Amino acid sequence: MIKPKMSVRRRFAAATAIGTAAVLAVTGCSGGTPETPGEAFTGEYTGPEVELSYWNGFTGGDGPFMESMVEQFNSEHDNITVVSNTMQWADFYQRLPAAVTAGEGPDVGVMHLDQLATNAARNVIVPLDDLTDELELTEDDFTTEVWDAGVYNDARYGIPLDVHSLAMYYNTEHFAAAGITEPPVDAASFQEALEKLSAAGYQTPFWMPTRWPSHLINLSLLWQNGGEPFGEDEATFGSEAGIEALEWQRSIVDEGYSPSDVAIDSQYVAFKNGQTSITWDGIWQINDLTTSGLPYAMAPVPTIGESDAVWANSHNFFLPRQASADQDKTDAAKVFIAWMSEQSAEWAGSGMIPARQSVRDAGALEGLPQAPIAEQIDAMRFLPPIPGIGTVVSETLEIAVADGVLGATPPSDALTDAESTATQLMEDNAATFGG
Amino acid sequence: MSRQASADVLPTGRASRPAGRRAQPAKRTSREQGAATPWLFLAPYLLLFGGFVILPAVLGVWISLHAWDYTLPLKPFVGLENYIALFRPDSTVSGPFWGSMRATGIFTLFSVPLLLTIPLAVALLMSKKFPGRNFLRAIYFAPYVLGVAVVAVLWRYLLDNNIGLVNYYLGLLGLPDDTAWTTSTPAAWIALVGVTVWWTLGFNAVIYLAALQDIPVELYEAARVDGANGWQQFLHVTIPGLKPILSFITIITLLASANMFGQSYLMTQGGPGRETRTAIYQIAETGLRNFQMGSAAAMSYVLTVFLMIVSVIVFWIFREKKEPTAKKASS
Repeated sequence: MIKPKMSVRRRFAAATAIGTAAVLAVTGCSGGTPETPGEAFTGEYTGPEVELSYWNGFTGGDGPFMESMVEQFNSEHDNITVVSNTMQWADFYQRLPAAVTAGEGPDVGVMHLDQLATNAARNVIVPLDDLTDELELTEDDFTTEVWDAGVYNDARYGIPLDVHSLAMYYNTEHFAAAGITEPPVDAASFQEALEKLSAAGYQTPFWMPTRWPSHLINLSLLWQNGGEPFGEDEATFGSEAGIEALEWQRSIVDEGYSPSDVAIDSQYVAFKNGQTSITWDGIWQINDLTTSGLPYAMAPVPTIGESDAVWANSHNFFLPRQASADQDKTDAAKVFIAWMSEQSAEWAGSGMIPARQSVRDAGALEGLPQAPIAEQIDAMRFLPPIPGIGTVVSETLEIAVADGVLGATPPSDALTDAESTATQLMEDNAATFGG
Repeated sequence: MSRQASADVLPTGRASRPAGRRAQPAKRTSREQGAATPWLFLAPYLLLFGGFVILPAVLGVWISLHAWDYTLPLKPFVGLENYIALFRPDSTVSGPFWGSMRATGIFTLFSVPLLLTIPLAVALLMSKKFPGRNFLRAIYFAPYVLGVAVVAVLWRYLLDNNIGLVNYYLGLLGLPDDTAWTTSTPAAWIALVGVTVWWTLGFNAVIYLAALQDIPVELYEAARVDGANGWQQFLHVTIPGLKPILSFITIITLLASANMFGQSYLMTQGGPGRETRTAIYQIAETGLRNFQMGSAAAMSYVLTVFLMIVSVIVFWIFREKKEPTAKKASS
């Protein structure tokens, strides 16, 4: 009873062997230049067809642009198919470590600059130094701050795609009615603009948010005042520079230019409805405002403090750690990153500013609303690459700024308390990540 | 009648025991089947219960004894340190945690009584016969089918103090129109409790409604014959009739309120400050966003102990009180 079974199995095995040999022979003939194993990445991908899963958080007005770029990439590359998976950034940073730890991570992805160190320390993403060498990407083509912030423990983890900062949006109709011809650039002209707008009947021209992006406004002003939010291993946002920044934010409410208790997102909705004349928000809102038909223009955030400075962040490509290394997929992912970096001019249409100097010089921003913001690129400031910094900010600074703007706690108390908690959290983090 | 029916459906083996004792081999086979059968019937559920309840609960204790960050290779054993940190005032976790426990307490204290009484009133109304009754029943139940995200985002905009409709209409009525419903307390608590009651009252009302229909009409008739008015009928017929279901509703409402997360996460972002950040909110932030699974697990067990104590108290309140009824009968 057993013997016939074995013979069948043996016959089947033989057939499979012949079949495999035939397949190998066919591919060997048609392949042209078969890749020798262990060959270094050359910028081209000639291996078998692969499908790359690509994770990102472009859920806003930037999403359609990324989608069309991915489609273009797919049509230009016969043997690579990129499948994007877009989710909210908040979910993204929660899911990515879980997926990678479970061996189910994507093949390539995009994350924010201030998250690279955290994920590098968690061993979620892998260094990319070989890629920058092969692509001949150097610091010269990028702003120093953006370039340096992608380095953790002497290894590079991110390839910058863009930079994006806060900007000042203003309602052009309101400005015309109030007789303001030039967007304000400093504390005095900003104050004057607010007074003129109030006089022209726009009672609350500048709504001061309590939540997002209020702490980004605070950071921008802190940098303008010559402060630094974080040192190597301690928080310093409770310094005089930070307190002064928060006091100014609260003064906007106290002087009646903003209603009190501005809940999350309502300052933006009010701006879209023409209920307020000025709002400070990220440049990623450009497409949303343009499609809303609102008569608006944008300018750099005015320098309320002593020097030009504005909070900014950057989207960076990364490669996740893989449970089982597939050289083909890694090579294909590198081709994808290289292509995207070169095509970043098109990405400017999403409202972002291409990270590469060469792309900007080639006229990628010509005629786009964010062009005046891009001129300020040297004044853009980024959070330092310290592991775990993201949650430290959201657990301490964000809440302190909210309390200060609400008037629930005096700015100095709110920031000083939050600062000591933040330092404690950073010490805990340093212990967790091995310093 | 019922006794007859149950005798009919009893297996013959049990109905005629003496016969079974005589037929020894037959009895043994039936007992052998009996040993495996209940486990086989239980197996599908037991597997799920074991895999998704027992195992995580045990693993949770294990995790709570470690500095557990699942993305890191080292998960050092720290003993009871995660628990001690929760009770040490100068640690970074104790302040936010006890603040969140307080927030959960406040929410539960105000939402549970409302979620027990308002649905009962609705159910009493809906059990009356009147035209359009089914339509109204559907209306009251409708919000419950919405997800927490829909409910919270909807109300966040309606309640916004600067651009929301609620304050606008209050202003039209000549009432104060500058209440900061989502950014100041106690207004935020009124908003959160109000929205939760609006959202979930339909569920409790349906359970009440089913229980009301189970109270025999004869009892009401007897009460009326004895001269009881509407209020007395409610007190002496409806309430005792609802008693078995009342403890069930109280427990599930308590647990649901103590597990509140989505409303404050989406409507107030835990604000102002951390005041409306509930325990589950804090546990999720600690465990899933900061990856401090050990500390989050310890928080969960402290919360569990609190909920167990509260549940025991509720069971004790609703326990069968035999003595008082006996006294009443004798007097």
